[in-house]
Amino acid sequence: MPHIGPVVESDILLALEGVTVSFDGFKAVNDLSLYIQKGELRVIIGPNGAGKTTVLDLICGRTKVSEGSIAFKDTEVTKLKEHEIVRLGIGRKFQNPSIYEDLTVLENLEISYPKGRGVFGALGFRRTAEVADRIDEIADMIFLKEHLNTKAEILSHGQKQWLEIGMLLIQDPELLMLDEPVAGMSVAERVKTAELLNRIIEGRAVIVIEHDMKFVESIAHRVTVLHQGKVLAEGRMDKIQEDPKVREVYLGH
Amino acid sequence: MFDYTFSELSSILVMQGFAGLILFSVFILMALGLAIIFGQMGVINMAHGEFMILGAYVTYLTSHLFQDFLPFAYPAYFFVAMVFAFIVSGALGLLVEWVMIRHLYARPLDTLLATWGLSLILQQIYRSTFGAREVGVELPDWMMGSLAVTDTVEVQVNGLFVMALTAAITVAVLVLLFKSRWGLQVRAVTTNRVMSGAVGIDTRRVDRMTFGLGCGVAGVAGAAFTMIGSTGPTSGQLYIVDTFLVVVFGGAQSLLGTVASAFTISQSQSALEFFLSGSMAKVITLLIVIGLLMLRPQGLFVLKVRR
Amino acid sequence: MTNAKLRSLASNWLGFVLLSALLILVFPAVLDDFRLNLVGKYLSFGFVVLGLVLCWGYTGILSLGQGIFFGLGGYCIAMFLKLEASTPENTAIQSTPGIPDFMDWNQLTELPFFWEPFHSFAFTVIAIMAVPAAVAFILAYAMFKRRVGGVYFAIITQAVTAVLTILIIGQQGYTGGINGITDLRTLLGWDIRTDEAHNILYFICVALLLVCILLGRFVLKSKLGRILVAIRDKEERVRFSGYDVANFKVFVFCVAAALAGVGGAMFTLQVGFMSPTIIGIVPSIEMVIFCALGGRLSLIGAVLGALIVNAAKTTFSEMFPELWLFAMGGLFIGVTLFFPRGLAGLVDDYVVPFLSKVFLGDKKTPPPEPAVTKLAE
Repeated sequence: MPHIGPVVESDILLALEGVTVSFDGFKAVNDLSLYIQKGELRVIIGPNGAGKTTVLDLICGRTKVSEGSIAFKDTEVTKLKEHEIVRLGIGRKFQNPSIYEDLTVLENLEISYPKGRGVFGALGFRRTAEVADRIDEIADMIFLKEHLNTKAEILSHGQKQWLEIGMLLIQDPELLMLDEPVAGMSVAERVKTAELLNRIIEGRAVIVIEHDMKFVESIAHRVTVLHQGKVLAEGRMDKIQEDPKVREVYLGH
Repeated sequence: MFDYTFSELSSILVMQGFAGLILFSVFILMALGLAIIFGQMGVINMAHGEFMILGAYVTYLTSHLFQDFLPFAYPAYFFVAMVFAFIVSGALGLLVEWVMIRHLYARPLDTLLATWGLSLILQQIYRSTFGAREVGVELPDWMMGSLAVTDTVEVQVNGLFVMALTAAITVAVLVLLFKSRWGLQVRAVTTNRVMSGAVGIDTRRVDRMTFGLGCGVAGVAGAAFTMIGSTGPTSGQLYIVDTFLVVVFGGAQSLLGTVASAFTISQSQSALEFFLSGSMAKVITLLIVIGLLMLRPQGLFVLKVRR
Repeated sequence: MTNAKLRSLASNWLGFVLLSALLILVFPAVLDDFRLNLVGKYLSFGFVVLGLVLCWGYTGILSLGQGIFFGLGGYCIAMFLKLEASTPENTAIQSTPGIPDFMDWNQLTELPFFWEPFHSFAFTVIAIMAVPAAVAFILAYAMFKRRVGGVYFAIITQAVTAVLTILIIGQQGYTGGINGITDLRTLLGWDIRTDEAHNILYFICVALLLVCILLGRFVLKSKLGRILVAIRDKEERVRFSGYDVANFKVFVFCVAAALAGVGGAMFTLQVGFMSPTIIGIVPSIEMVIFCALGGRLSLIGAVLGALIVNAAKTTFSEMFPELWLFAMGGLFIGVTLFFPRGLAGLVDDYVVPFLSKVFLGDKKTPPPEPAVTKLAE
């Protein structure tokens, strides 16, 4: 269980300070500050267009900030390339499952294995016992052990979401960012996913964007509510649900 | 080459600038249709030059029809030819979209190859029908001759006419795209195909009409082209690479960008031609454009959009 | 041997063995010297299509400028051969003896500086691959680092092809102009114009091609090969798995260029000249159709595609020159519309299941699917 206590400087894994990004004058994220502690599970909620996905895009370098700073383990990441940010230990799952449909589950995981990332490293990469064991371990965790040699395109939607999570897990990132991990899943799959999330947060911080309030309640420790690119409220789920401002912009509808 | 007097030099510059303006018109005429199709639909039409040449051949045929049957109306034949050219090229465009292009929207690189195949076939059809030699139309009297601006500077009437025509066609296309309901639909489909379908726009029909319009504009361009040059089966290919660069350089989504980049490229090429041989001028122009594209790959004008 | 073992062995090697047998045994046995030399010429395009399979079929980078790399390789060896042919004795009648004849016709009085290193055979051999790869590197690095891809890249490669062709044609004194570099005679004193030399060159070409196929297989079977497919399908995911995608694209594009360079050199050696008409916009895009017809996802298929289209071109363009352009155009349209995986795709879908039914007693299940069946979008 990650602790929820007073924020101590050394516990902070990720710090966004005064972050602003604008698209042709429209400020999708406006002077946002957000701190994520080591080992914390943070859920970001907010109405459509609140800037949730944009925040993740900013952290992983997909979108460049207009102003402000983002520090991961005291390293400024706003000037880094996407792959450099990944190598620092930040993993990102996209809203729609983003996997290699044309490759098998095994190959999907193998590509994500954090060795042989250079051109020549990849050329000389061998599937050693160590690699195979690690792939087995992850496949087991994401409920796909039986499907290692299945082509990813014929997996169900939920299985694809799990595979993408697995592709991040195999890199053992310190910060995992999941954009709507249960979107389009059946009830049974949601339950399994919640279980999976609760298992994988050990030893790492996780940021989850989610719309499904039931699911949020089942996993959330600490919730941040975004509205119009700003933090509207932050705190424990039960507190957030009672906040009149939040009820007005979000839970009210 | 620097022992000209100042007035001679400035006349040469003006004349060279005028030649650049004619080249600019040709680029615009070709690029407009291409920019509609590529910019709005993301489809590369390698047969675009052949659609243009089709318009030129239609004009050629029309001029003969008028000579033989309506000699009294000959001075006005060009305007009729332009309409024919638009209809014939546009109709062929609709057919091609229906038979070929619509199956390839998901594979833009394959569209490029398929339309290249189409261009080969069209070239051979032209060669079999009109012969391998270039054909030209007889200009009506009022388009012959030149206007003396000063003692040393003369401009050809047909060149002026083509420029005026280019301006008119550009304005027409802009109005169609930005003021008409159809233009609104096209822009809606470009921005968000799924949403457009959901609000009741027939996206397939919009695609077909867009492709047809682009080809039709190419046909009109071909008609205008006959006023300043002769037409052969492979004339279309001469300009296709330059035109693609014009469109890409201008920023594929922006018609005004296309106009600006056509102006820049044509003027620099004709200015360089004064100092260098024609082929070296072209090499240097293309190299500069490629170099600039490396620095600014999204083209001169582009919207910043939220992903 | 078990069925499964046999099948995997067959699916891995059958095509390669059949192609080797065809090129090494069948063709030399049944074709006369003239036709064998023609096949050798066609095979030099095989090197180009191998590169296209890697960069277009697997990575989704369509280059319409492979002719340029083919030409650079070809010009490198042509320059060496031309210098060897232009001894002061051979060129005594020129106003400046000792330089290539076309330079003399263009009033050049000394060898341009960039020709000097081509006196060295070792330098030439390296340059055949290094020059195309270097040009490819500059182009690819600038484009891919800035994430220009897809049709934009294709158009830029075509523009570069236009530029280089115009340059070669325009700079007659340095390049031989539209005629190219002709009248090549000996390689290190060995006359390459005889039938015997042509036969030996054919076998060298075949051997090199087979080595390059194996090299291509090695790349595709490695993790690198799967990363290339991954880049083609989901470039962003690869980036967010910690890879610098541009490096991979640059690498595969350079490999393709170097392969094309080798092909160009083999072409020059077997045909005895190199000229801009072989490498311009039209030939470059035709090279893509060789690859598309044979199968953009199959190394062996693409080589056969190069053979078939070239053989058909030679045959038909003499007999029915008008029909040939229709056929070529139809090929472009037909293959992309109906057989995007080319002949190799047809073989995978129909011939292989049939064979495994006959020889391995399969009921209906097709053999293990080829690693990659989908096409770039």
